[in-house]
Amino acid sequence: MEMRNEPKKYRYHPKPQIPPNMSDIVGIEYNRVTNTTSTDFPGHSSEENAWDLEEFKKNLQINISHLAGRSTNFDLINIDTSIANAFRRIMIAEVPSVAAETVYIYNNTSVIQDEVLAHRIGLIPLNVDPDTLQWIDPAADENERFNDANTYVMTLDVSCSKRDNVPEGTTDPKILYRNSSVYAKDLKFVPQGRQEQLFKNSPVAPCDPNILLAKLRPGQEISLRVHCILGIGSDHAKFSPVATASYRLMPVIDIKEPIVGELAKRFQKCFPSGVIEIDENGAAYVADARKDTVSREVLRHEEFEGKVKLGRKRSHFIFNVESTGAMSPLEIFLKSVRILKNKADYLRNCPIGQ
Amino acid sequence: MSSPQKEAFSAPTSISHAAQGQAPSKNLGVRYNCAQCGASFTLGKTDSIRCKECGHRVIYKARTKKMVQFEAR
Repeated sequence: MEMRNEPKKYRYHPKPQIPPNMSDIVGIEYNRVTNTTSTDFPGHSSEENAWDLEEFKKNLQINISHLAGRSTNFDLINIDTSIANAFRRIMIAEVPSVAAETVYIYNNTSVIQDEVLAHRIGLIPLNVDPDTLQWIDPAADENERFNDANTYVMTLDVSCSKRDNVPEGTTDPKILYRNSSVYAKDLKFVPQGRQEQLFKNSPVAPCDPNILLAKLRPGQEISLRVHCILGIGSDHAKFSPVATASYRLMPVIDIKEPIVGELAKRFQKCFPSGVIEIDENGAAYVADARKDTVSREVLRHEEFEGKVKLGRKRSHFIFNVESTGAMSPLEIFLKSVRILKNKADYLRNCPIGQ
Repeated sequence: MSSPQKEAFSAPTSISHAAQGQAPSKNLGVRYNCAQCGASFTLGKTDSIRCKECGHRVIYKARTKKMVQFEAR
């Protein structure tokens, strides 16, 4: 009888006893994380949580805190995890970009194997706007698959030779030989058809010119052609336009009891600099929780037990997007928004759903 | 009875891919590289298997200029 009754205790899920203002906070304890489940969907919360577009529009906030050529850091506030995570995943796997796909090797007498060299060339980020290329038709015949609208051709022709009049005792291969190292910048763009006009002033080139591809010694040579096409990251990582696209949740530091004097200084030392400051009365206060790494160092000290509560705000996402160089990081994010929108449109118009 | 005469070796006439490299069409013999000094040379059928520069007896066949296709994956 006891055995049969046992599953019953899993059927009833009492609502976690969370103060109303804490329902949006993931609790961070000494050795565990609490309140991880989102409860703000209709039917789960006691408050009115029905979906309301106007309400969402009113609350949604985007703050860009850092924007450089290749990286950005921005806050996306009052949005559900599912949407924020969808943006992250789309940026990594579904925003298209251009990369080398087929490598035709005419000669390679270097020590690096053909397939390894081809793989290395594939991973070079190319500084080219993906919108200038059309998608390749994988069903097309091999001979007709590539044309000037969907392919960029690059060639790599280098051979290594000895240099004359080198001072006695030189051991540096860069001085002893010509082309002892092959770099990404040695890839030369060969415009096809209309590309001659389109790329007159800005040839297709690698974003980072000094990526080492191979090393050569006198007598060795590499001669090859590369076809670069459009693709997405879910097919191969070389097509991913981001180096990283990640988010973290906004840290929350809640000081429950005043921490003053010498204790406040020790409290300050438990956090990265700038997170905790001390006011004129000698009491510690949270100056900038965003800078916190949530190391939980403060929870290791008994003297602060019960005086502080750590957490993370569930609806505040701090995105960090690093581009590989072809697109600006904000363009990548905006493209991910557009792709998610297209997916939603597709789902709405899907005949099965009607 | 005399044995049927062996067919004489004739150099391949279609060398389109080889022509993309540097090989001047005058010399169609296989190129060899010396393992010792790196010199590149060809050998006739009566030549001894030795490097023409340094006399070393270990030599390698040079790689063909034939195109090989790879996927950059």
